[in-house]
Amino acid sequence: MAGEFVMLSLVPILIGVLAAVACALPGNFLVLRRQALIGDAISHVVLPGIVVGFLLSGTVSSWAMMAGAAGAAVVAVLLIELIRRLGRIEPGAAMGVAFTALFAFGVLLLEQSDTSSVHLDVQHALYGNLESLIWVEAKGWNSLFDPVALAGLPPELGRIAIVALVMLLFTLVFWRPLKISTFDEDFARVLGMRTNLIGFGLVIMAAIAAVAAFDAVGSIIVIAMFICPPAAARLMTNRLETQVLWSVAFAVFSAVMGYVLAGYGPLWLGGDDAVSAAGMIATVSGLVLGLAALYGPHRKCRGAPTDR
Amino acid sequence: MGATMLLDALTLQLGYNATLVAIGAALLGIAAGASGTFLFLRKRALVSDAISHSTLPGVGLAFLVMTAFGGDGRHLVGLLLGASLTAALGLWAMHALTRHTRLAEDAAIGAVLSVFFGFGVVLLTVIQTVSVGRPAGLEDFLLGATAGMLYQDAVLIAVAGALAVLVVWALRRPMTLVAFDAGFASAAGVNVRRVDLAMMGLVLAVTIIGLKVVGLVLIVALLIIPPVTARFWSNRSDRVVGIAGVFGGVSGFVGAAISATAPALPTGPIIVLTAFALFAVSMLFAPGRGVLAAWLRHRRQQRRIHLRQGLLAIAQDLPIYERYTLQLLVRAGLARADGVPTELGRRRAEKACRDESRWAVARRMHSHESAVSRYDGLLPIEDVFTRDEIREIDRQIAESGGGCA
Repeated sequence: MAGEFVMLSLVPILIGVLAAVACALPGNFLVLRRQALIGDAISHVVLPGIVVGFLLSGTVSSWAMMAGAAGAAVVAVLLIELIRRLGRIEPGAAMGVAFTALFAFGVLLLEQSDTSSVHLDVQHALYGNLESLIWVEAKGWNSLFDPVALAGLPPELGRIAIVALVMLLFTLVFWRPLKISTFDEDFARVLGMRTNLIGFGLVIMAAIAAVAAFDAVGSIIVIAMFICPPAAARLMTNRLETQVLWSVAFAVFSAVMGYVLAGYGPLWLGGDDAVSAAGMIATVSGLVLGLAALYGPHRKCRGAPTDR
Repeated sequence: MGATMLLDALTLQLGYNATLVAIGAALLGIAAGASGTFLFLRKRALVSDAISHSTLPGVGLAFLVMTAFGGDGRHLVGLLLGASLTAALGLWAMHALTRHTRLAEDAAIGAVLSVFFGFGVVLLTVIQTVSVGRPAGLEDFLLGATAGMLYQDAVLIAVAGALAVLVVWALRRPMTLVAFDAGFASAAGVNVRRVDLAMMGLVLAVTIIGLKVVGLVLIVALLIIPPVTARFWSNRSDRVVGIAGVFGGVSGFVGAAISATAPALPTGPIIVLTAFALFAVSMLFAPGRGVLAAWLRHRRQQRRIHLRQGLLAIAQDLPIYERYTLQLLVRAGLARADGVPTELGRRRAEKACRDESRWAVARRMHSHESAVSRYDGLLPIEDVFTRDEIREIDRQIAESGGGCA
């Protein structure tokens, strides 16, 4: 039983947790800056990116695809900015124009090129395949100390672990500028901070998190984890420090609960096959947000009225 | 084959179904473009993204329910009914999150779209295990698929699209009013809440109709891109609605026609890319708000300023170092290439200098305050003051002993 768990479920759960945390950390600032939908836009344009990466490199090597996805994310951010500036269009609509066009381009490219031999399709891009990231070499908990078995770990685990660590470092190192520029951009500028640079850096970090998480788990989780845990955490507290901790806790809970419910829930209900783990993780994060919206101690707006 | 077949498709000669689909897509595009304009003007364009993604669980649930009762799980009307139920639920959830918590609308949109879509995916995997061996074909709703569409489905889409266009037409006045200035509309006795609700209902209907043709990931493009495109062509909201309808209709029709010519050209993406092409052309070349027009305006203004500064320099006998200024003066016949002014240049320079001092005097006269505030350094003084007023100004200049440089 333990061996089976380590082989089939340990790695997907770890990857899910790390991806969720990597997205939730920058998500906190995106939600507060009202840029929550950047994650939505980026995760849509990842599709053309991986297709172009595949076509240029001719292989399904993850690095080529990740490079393509990262490039596409940068292209999307620049395109949104271009449309917004040149066309003088509000950011939401500019985003809608850019990401739908790029996504449509990706689908068309996919249909036009012969990718039937490789596992590359729209469904995969949307749902990911968390369940398939199994650790074949694992025999049981002891394998965690067995170098031969460890070498057989899916490469996605290492990548998402590095990215989660990078997100953590980014949040810690730039905590003060991020916090000040998020809450009071003018004050941050008075202090001599380059607020444009901070904002752009945040979007780039979000793009890196989105691409890495997408590689492992598909874009639904990416969007859900950018928004749901931070939004739920926002309803729990007024302090940013506490909010970030809550959001990480919610992200971890959603990933673990979602995976367990998807994998074992149907068995408990008498079914034989598991359901989509990515979808279930997103669903659980939504339930968490729903509970926070109903019972969170700081769910209402208090104090000075906002401009809303 | 490509060109002739495309021509056949555009002229509706590619078979009954393809024709019906193209007409349906055109009607859908008109309805989407027009109703999307109201969303866009209200700065809520991305609300449609939440609506479209929350249709997926409805499609899945409807399929499960219909199969459970022994019917055909793929019956389109049933699937679309299910889709509209969960889409309405998603809209309500989004509304509740923004109204009753302190979350901003963008966070609510993102939360609803990802959670509903995620749950929809869970249902799709359930369906895969329930209907073993029988592909449910529900994935078609993600990206739209018109190939092999049933005849009655195509009729349904065309009729529903026509109805949506009619509703937009009937409600255009109150919706324009609310979209343009909700405060004024409310003061004028329009029930803003009800109009907003009607607008959302319309967007929801367009989304549902578009599910089969464009797919739920991309239907939002038909609601956003044509209005944004139309905005380049007019500043009047009633016209923007009409133009957006035209752009949407053209995108739908041309996109569906192109897509009918080859199997590897999926309908939804082609329609969206057609709309985007119209957008790109409009952003670059639209008169007034387009990039090219703005650049030309900028260049013209630049030329006028250079000429003006050049003339003032001539009047004060200063050398002209700026090469562009000199070039412009030479081209206008006001100076020679070595910088020496021509006779005409001298006269024009004298006038420019005289006008400058006239403006300086006018600025000191309180009666001309509002007229002077229009002066941008280039406005000819004759356009603002009457001949008598200018004579009075000249008298004052002579009195103070001033003059040009």
